[in-house]
Amino acid sequence: MTTRYTKDHEYIRVEGDAGIVGISDYAQAQLGDVVFVELPSVGKALSKGDEAAVVESVKAASEVYAPVSGEVVEVNSELEASPGTVNEDPAGRGWFMKIRLTNESELDGLMTEEQYQDFVKSIS
Amino acid sequence: MAEPANSDQPLLKTPLHDAHVALGARMVPFAGYDMPVQYPTGILTEHNWTREHAGLFDVSHMGQAFLVAEDKNHETVARALEALIPADVLNLKPNQQRYSQLLADDGGILDDLMVTRVGAPGHEGWLYLVVNASMKEQDYAHIQARLPKGVSLNRKDGLGLMALQGPSAEAVLAKLSPEAAGLSFMISADVEIDGVWCHVSRSGYTGEDGFEISCKAEDAAKLWNRLLSDPEVKPIGLGARDSLRLEAGLCLYGHDIDTTTSPIEAGLIWSIQKRRREEGGFPGAERVQREIKDGPARVRVGIRPEGRAPAREGTVITTPDGREVGVVTSGGFGPTVNGPVAMGYVARDVSSVGTDLHLVVRGKPLPAKVAAMPFAPHRYKR
Repeated sequence: MTTRYTKDHEYIRVEGDAGIVGISDYAQAQLGDVVFVELPSVGKALSKGDEAAVVESVKAASEVYAPVSGEVVEVNSELEASPGTVNEDPAGRGWFMKIRLTNESELDGLMTEEQYQDFVKSIS
Repeated sequence: MAEPANSDQPLLKTPLHDAHVALGARMVPFAGYDMPVQYPTGILTEHNWTREHAGLFDVSHMGQAFLVAEDKNHETVARALEALIPADVLNLKPNQQRYSQLLADDGGILDDLMVTRVGAPGHEGWLYLVVNASMKEQDYAHIQARLPKGVSLNRKDGLGLMALQGPSAEAVLAKLSPEAAGLSFMISADVEIDGVWCHVSRSGYTGEDGFEISCKAEDAAKLWNRLLSDPEVKPIGLGARDSLRLEAGLCLYGHDIDTTTSPIEAGLIWSIQKRRREEGGFPGAERVQREIKDGPARVRVGIRPEGRAPAREGTVITTPDGREVGVVTSGGFGPTVNGPVAMGYVARDVSSVGTDLHLVVRGKPLPAKVAAMPFAPHRYKR
């Protein structure tokens, strides 16, 4: 199991040929109280960098971008009823979608946990 | 929500800036000031606390000024201001406050403001104005250029201003000043709290009962901390201020009203008293009177999206068959309503409560209905 991060604060936790995508703890804290999440449909094909989901706080809407290319194979529909889960447990129950990777080498361009923590320190 | 800041100029600080930083506030640029958008508990908690207890807001960035008639005559200063705004100033009683708008010659709104006839002894012929932070320089220049001889504008940049809002506000203030706590809605008084001079009015921008308290800048932190020492009071940032006023159906200048909107389109006819509607004599009176008579082409309405997705400012409004009929001017999530709420302008033929509309959010038409405002009931102490 490997977790990688983007500069836009998405994470992908890869197990086998699929990865769980969500937003980092830093991102949820910056957004503030999440009040709405719009998820993609299962089966949707995404290219790395595509708008994959929308997360809205009281103040504003933000896009969640696909950290890698692939097909959406599962979404966390519980977020529709309880969007606040993104704040409570971003790395766990607050996940957004599961993507089956079409190009695993894209992971090499993403940050490791350690690199991401340094990146967060550099911007905060 | 944050207004674009001029990056060439350092941000201004209110007298309570250090207090916000000490409370752990997240500070953002707003109208040229470094302001708290939220404290560590977050916007939802702050919003709900204000509706259930009492919230304390720093609004010292707003513009406070006096209009003063040299001849110490209320009529002189009232006539001078009535030439710029459509409210009845002449018949204000001492210490009475009114909401109004500075109007352009075409009836567009240059800013909205609060006007109070000063009631303190020795201040006959004085009006106290509170204008928006982002507009104060333009407002003061506009007013200054149009004052008759014998009336002067005296800006009071050295005053602090805070708002105490919510169902517990009266009980909290009663411990410090029973006189202030006993005021009626839109009435003010000069009182002393802890030896500090304050001008208190029963008003606010949340839809809740509450007070706005003006004091000298050097006394502001002491008063702020005194109010916060009450367990019923928590500090509230600009984020919750926006969601509270949106649920209360109150306009935000530069968003819901601006130079393109008239007070009649904006549904602010209640702020134009009968004498002024009939007599006119203010900028844009022709348009205002025509729109009162014939009805405006478009009107500001409340809108409830039927799903959970908020529709933000700028969202296009259509009829269910796709005819474009307006645009959202403020929209977001209403914590008290527990769902998305919005306001915007629509063509008059689709403006009655219950009318089905679509909101085009991220390219998708989402069903919505025209809804009565306020979304959360006003709880003013009349």
